[in-house]
Amino acid sequence: MRILVIEDDTEAAGYMVKGLGESGHVADHAANGEDGLAMASDGGYDVLIVDRMLPKLDGLSVVERLRAEGQQVPILFLSALGEVDDRVKGLKAGGDDYLVKPHAFTELLARIEALVRRRNPADVETSFKVGDLEVDLLTRRVTRAGTEIQVQPREFRLLEYLMRHAGQIVTRTMLLENVWDYHFDPKTNVIDVHISRLRTKIDKEFDTALLQTVRGAGYCLRDPELKS
Amino acid sequence: MILNLNLKRAIRTTAFRQALIYLVLFGVSVFVLLGFVYWWTVGITTLQTDDTIDAEITGLSEQYRSNGLTGLAAIVRERSRNERQSLYLLIDPQRIALGGNLNAWPDVPTQEGGWLDFPYQRPVGGKIVTHQARGRHLLLGNGYQLLVGRDIHERLRIEKILQRSLLWAVALTLALGLVGGLLMSRNLLRRVEAINRTSRDIMAGDLKQRIPVTSGDDELDQLAVNLNDMLEQIERLVMGMRQVTENIAHDLRSPLNRMRSRLEVTLMGEASDTDYRGVLQQTIDEASELIETFNALLNIAQAESGQLEAGKKDFNLSALVRTMAELYEPVAEERSMTLKSEVEPGITIFGNKHLMSQTLANLLDNAVKYGEHGDSVMLVLRNIDNRPELIVADSGPGIPEKDQDRVLDRFVRLEASRNSIGSGLGLSLVRAVAQLHCADLTLKDNLPGLRVGLHFEEQEIEQAQAKPND
Repeated sequence: MRILVIEDDTEAAGYMVKGLGESGHVADHAANGEDGLAMASDGGYDVLIVDRMLPKLDGLSVVERLRAEGQQVPILFLSALGEVDDRVKGLKAGGDDYLVKPHAFTELLARIEALVRRRNPADVETSFKVGDLEVDLLTRRVTRAGTEIQVQPREFRLLEYLMRHAGQIVTRTMLLENVWDYHFDPKTNVIDVHISRLRTKIDKEFDTALLQTVRGAGYCLRDPELKS
Repeated sequence: MILNLNLKRAIRTTAFRQALIYLVLFGVSVFVLLGFVYWWTVGITTLQTDDTIDAEITGLSEQYRSNGLTGLAAIVRERSRNERQSLYLLIDPQRIALGGNLNAWPDVPTQEGGWLDFPYQRPVGGKIVTHQARGRHLLLGNGYQLLVGRDIHERLRIEKILQRSLLWAVALTLALGLVGGLLMSRNLLRRVEAINRTSRDIMAGDLKQRIPVTSGDDELDQLAVNLNDMLEQIERLVMGMRQVTENIAHDLRSPLNRMRSRLEVTLMGEASDTDYRGVLQQTIDEASELIETFNALLNIAQAESGQLEAGKKDFNLSALVRTMAELYEPVAEERSMTLKSEVEPGITIFGNKHLMSQTLANLLDNAVKYGEHGDSVMLVLRNIDNRPELIVADSGPGIPEKDQDRVLDRFVRLEASRNSIGSGLGLSLVRAVAQLHCADLTLKDNLPGLRVGLHFEEQEIEQAQAKPND
C-alpha cells in the first residue's frame, strides 16, 4: 500500500515511515498541513495518516478540504487529544478512524489495514468463508465443515468482524470499539476471554485452528493452509 | 490622616453616591411637604381672622341699624372691656374716639375692601408693647366710622416658629442623610475591604482563606457565600492538580528509572540478539503500562476538574450496564466465579457514557481480580423514585472499614493487593466520575465482600422515552 503520513513531529514520522516500510508498505511524509494537502490532492495514496495538530493548516481542515475535493481515500486521524468529543469531531470532518497518541505501532498498522479493507466491495457481501468456516449474515448461521455451530448474538458480531478482516491482525482495542462500541482500556483480559470462548466453539473440535493469537498485537482469523 | 483617607474613600463608594441622590430627592420632598403644610396653615389662620372680623362687623352694623349710634357705642364699650383679642374704635367726624380699646385711628393706608394691617400699643404685664393687628373699617354715615380688628401677634409668632422649624427640618434631614450615607458607605466599604483582603491573601498563595460571612444574609453575604463556594472549588482543583503532579513525580519516576537502568545495563555488556529483543520487549510493555497509568490520571483529573461537563448527554444506562455484564460474565466464569445482573430496563441518565463505562469496567475488574474461586459478583441497576442506583457487590475479600475512604485516593493500594497488577487508580476514577455525575458513592461491607453503590440524583428526563436499545 502507498501511505501518506502528515505529521509535524519528524522523528515520530520517521519511525512511522520506517515501520510501515518494514511491514511491506511504501510511506511518504509531509511535515505540515499545506504540503500534506497538496500531496494528498495529487492522489495515488491508499490511506492517509493525519495528525490533528499541524503547522500552517490543521489536520481537521486538511481532511475537510480533501473531502470537499471529492477524495475518497481512507483517513486515520492521529491525535494527542483523546476525548470522545475530539474523536467525534475527527470522524465528522471526514476521518474514518481515530487513534490517540501514544499508541502501539501494531495498533496503527492493524487499523490502517482494516481501513483499506473496509473500502473493498466485501462490505456488501452477505456471507463470508475462511477455510471451511462459513458465516451467513442473512440467516445468521455459522457452519464449519458443514456442521452448524450455535453462537450467541455478541459472539456472532465478534465473528463477523473477524471474518470481515480475515487475514488481518485485529487488536483488542479494535474489537472493543467495533464489537462492543466501547472506547476504554479494560485492565484485565476481557477480550481474550471472549476470543477463547469463540475459539472453543469454532476451532476446538477441528484439526486446524483458524483463530490465532498474534503475540503483542491481537488476533487474526485466517486459513493457515492458504499461502498469502 | 487615616480617618480623612477613609472618609475620602467612603465618599467615592457607590453606596455613598446612591445615598446622595436619595438625600437630594428626600430633601426636596421634605421641603415641598413642609412648605405645603406651612402655606395651608397660614392661609387658614388668616382666613379665620378675617372671618371673625367680618362676623363682628356684620353683628355691629345690625346693632347700629336697630339701636343707632348710642346703642353701637354702648356695645363697643362693653365688648372692649371684655375682649382681649378683638380691637374696636368708634370715631366721630372730627376723629374723636367715642369708644373702643384702641387709642387712635392707625396711621396706615386702607387696602381694598377697607382692610388695614397696623401696629398698635398694648399693655402686657405692666409694660406697653407694640403688637401687629389686622382690621377693617366700617363707614356708618355722617362721618362716623368704626374700626374692628384682631390682634395677630400670636399668629405671626406661630408663623415664624413654623418657618423656623421648616428650615430646621430640611437642614436636619440633609445632615442626618449625609451622616447616614457616610456611615452606610463606610460599612459597605469595610465589608468590601474584607473581600479584597481575602482576595489578596489568596493571590499571595493562601488558598485556605475564606471571605467572612455576617449573619445578615443580605446580598453581600450571598455574594460572599458564592465566592467562598467558588474558592472551595478552586482550592479542590488546585490541590488535585498538586496531588497529580506529586503522584506523577512519585509513581512514574520509579518505573521510568527502572526502564532506563535496564536499557543502560543492557548496553554495557555484550549480549545476544535474543537478549536485546527480550529487553526491548520488556521496555515496550513497561512503556504501555506507563501510558495506561498516565491516561488514567488524566481521565481522573479531567473528570474532577469538570472539563467534561460539556460532553454530557442523555444515555441509556440500562443498556450500558447490560452489555457490561455481558462483557465481564465470561471473565468471571473463567476464574470460576459467577457474575449475575439485575438490570431494570429503560433507565436513562444525563452523563458521560464513555467515563461511565470505564467506571463500571474498573469496578467489575476489581471484583473479578480480587475474588477467588467460587466467589460471586452481583450487578444491580434499579430506579428508586426516579433516582437510579447502580450497585456492584461481590463476595470477595472486601475492604476493611478503616480503609474504605483511603482507597478512593490516588495510588492507594492495600497491603493485600500489593502483589496483583494495578495502579491504584481504579477507585479514584470511580470517585471522580461519581462527582462529575453528582452521584453519591458508597462503599459498604457486603458480609463478606465489598458493595459499591452509585446513587444518582433524580433524573429529569422522561424514563419512558428512553430507547431500549440505545
